[in-house]
Amino acid sequence: MSALLVIEGLCVRYDSRDVLRDLRLEVARGELVALMGPSGVGKTTTLRAVAALQPFDAGRIVIDGFALAPGPVPPESRLQPLRRRVGLVFQAHALFEHLTALDNVTLALRYVLRQARPRAETVGTKLLAELDVGSRAAAWPRQLSGGEAQRVAIARALAPDPPLLLMDEPTAALDQARRSALGTTLRRLCTAGRGLLIATHDVEFAHQYSDRAITLA
Amino acid sequence: MTIAAAICRVSSLALSLAAQHGQQPVLLWGGDAEGGAPFVEADPADPARVRGFDVEVAERIARGLSGARTAQFVQVQWSSIDQSVERGDFTLGLSGVEDTPARRARHAVTLPYFEFREVLAVRSEDSRRIHGLADLRGRRVATLGATMAYDLLLAARDSIGIIPISYDDDVHPYADLVAGRVDAVLLDHIIAQRSLRRLGGTAFAILPEPAATGHYVGVLARANSALRDSIDAVLREAMRDGSLEQIFRRWQVWDDTEGALFERILRFGAGPVAGATTGAATRPRVIAYLPSLARAAAVTSLLSIVSMALAVVVGLSLASGRLYGSVPLRITATGYIEIVRGTPLLLQLFVIYYGLAGVVRLPAFLAAILALGLNYGAYEAEIYRGALEAVPRAQLEAARTLGFSEGQILRLVRGPQAFRYALAPMTNDFVALLKDSSLVSVITVVELTKQTAIYATNVGSWVVPGALCAIVYLIMSLPLSRLARRLERRWGSRAP
Repeated sequence: MSALLVIEGLCVRYDSRDVLRDLRLEVARGELVALMGPSGVGKTTTLRAVAALQPFDAGRIVIDGFALAPGPVPPESRLQPLRRRVGLVFQAHALFEHLTALDNVTLALRYVLRQARPRAETVGTKLLAELDVGSRAAAWPRQLSGGEAQRVAIARALAPDPPLLLMDEPTAALDQARRSALGTTLRRLCTAGRGLLIATHDVEFAHQYSDRAITLA
Repeated sequence: MTIAAAICRVSSLALSLAAQHGQQPVLLWGGDAEGGAPFVEADPADPARVRGFDVEVAERIARGLSGARTAQFVQVQWSSIDQSVERGDFTLGLSGVEDTPARRARHAVTLPYFEFREVLAVRSEDSRRIHGLADLRGRRVATLGATMAYDLLLAARDSIGIIPISYDDDVHPYADLVAGRVDAVLLDHIIAQRSLRRLGGTAFAILPEPAATGHYVGVLARANSALRDSIDAVLREAMRDGSLEQIFRRWQVWDDTEGALFERILRFGAGPVAGATTGAATRPRVIAYLPSLARAAAVTSLLSIVSMALAVVVGLSLASGRLYGSVPLRITATGYIEIVRGTPLLLQLFVIYYGLAGVVRLPAFLAAILALGLNYGAYEAEIYRGALEAVPRAQLEAARTLGFSEGQILRLVRGPQAFRYALAPMTNDFVALLKDSSLVSVITVVELTKQTAIYATNVGSWVVPGALCAIVYLIMSLPLSRLARRLERRWGSRAP
């Protein structure tokens, strides 16, 4: 198994306080890694640093051969290779409110990957169906339940087919039945050369579905 | 008893009370000191006082009335003298007030005390070619709105084909004549001569042949005809004893025509307005004004739509400058917004139309669009900035992780949602702009409100013109508000 994500000596400081100090972790293809720990230990910060939404002060992040260096976040024009490699599912889903579920999924296919609309919609419809929200393709974000919105957000992140998927607190708003359905789904996504890194404080979920858990303290 | 009559009773009661208490009773008279010398102007030695021949005529009248009153001046906008005197703001209106059949029909009017000539002023180089209104076909001729001269120009528009341009004051028509914005000015000879002196004596030429003659009169509330008769007696006395002639000579407005006028009046009485030849002796009825109101409404609509389009473009540029620009651009955009929002639109109109005239001579309509568009652009900018900032940051970050460029995020994610947030305040602004567009009449654009004011002056009442004007504004603004509500509802149900 080759390492999809390598984090070495990651340090992030906020107002001269260390949020992350010397973090090391690896995620291999086909692996689901849980990043654990109580609130405020830097789980979300780690995901944001990997997705280049946030600068870091020291260390190195390499995603499928693309390296991020400490210092300010590079301009978007230089991050295109990274954007093709990493998908991020936000805790609050952050769906585009003015677009239907299907349009949320196909927007990047059409305007970033320049696919024709019919082709993008075929891909989007298939993804939504795989995530059990195929019947909600025409719904607006506000009409979706929390679980449905999360699945649409996963479909949107997966649409450009990134090898690494990051998820922030995926079980935060789910009941027991939805949690296990999500766990099954995530396990399924881990095949086919993809790796997942999820930030969670749900110990039970992490032990049940992840290959490895890394606890931050 | 009408309200006006009641007010007159109350004011005469006040006068008698003042007399009982041993104070000298006063004659309240209204005029417009903005009209300036030689009529009424602020005294340079004591700006709290006024001077001018109308001031002295008022004092002469007050002295001659029973109880030897003192004259007390009340400032009033010239075009509102008739309405104010009927309301009872003062007893006598006197400030170059013209004798017209309409005014005689609606108010108590004194006998004429001064004869003026409507004279044409043209640029000196044109004085050989232009000898009268007939030579001005297709040319722009300026005057003060709601005057006999304006009526003459409207008649000449229909018969000769001149283009009348209405001003709110009697100074800028001559400034614009010299600047080349208009080709001629038709106004009272006193005003023409004063402007010529002010501009150095050779800036333009006054044609010797008058286009018409008219008379200045005093105007009182209709119910005050008894006092009017007393004032007429005082005026006759002042013509007889030479005190009126002395006043006019002091202000250098005396010539033979005044002597002839006095003689006619003393011989034949006040009578009909001898010698008053106006081009608008017959006053049109409501229906006759409908085409011009429709035209003015079209001007208001066009002005508002084009100005709003400009405001949207300016607003979008400023808002993106503030959110996405470099530091100097942000400072510039913020500075622009603060300056424009912190100063009156009226001032901006004057600066763009008159202030910039030395650099670029903008046509009035274009200047109006620029002023309204640039002004409202600042307000739109703040709406757009607020709307853009209201789009949740997480959505923008989600878009970044998907690989969209900043431009794409603005176009595909942030802009469309911000537009929805901005729609309701934008519609409000458009309705406000529709109404603010009435301000542009100060730079000679005759839009709906101005046309209504002209109409109201002509018919001597604001009731019907005001109601008509309000209806037209509502016809334009109500569908807009409804449209906005519908759009909001539509988007609200689909993607709230």
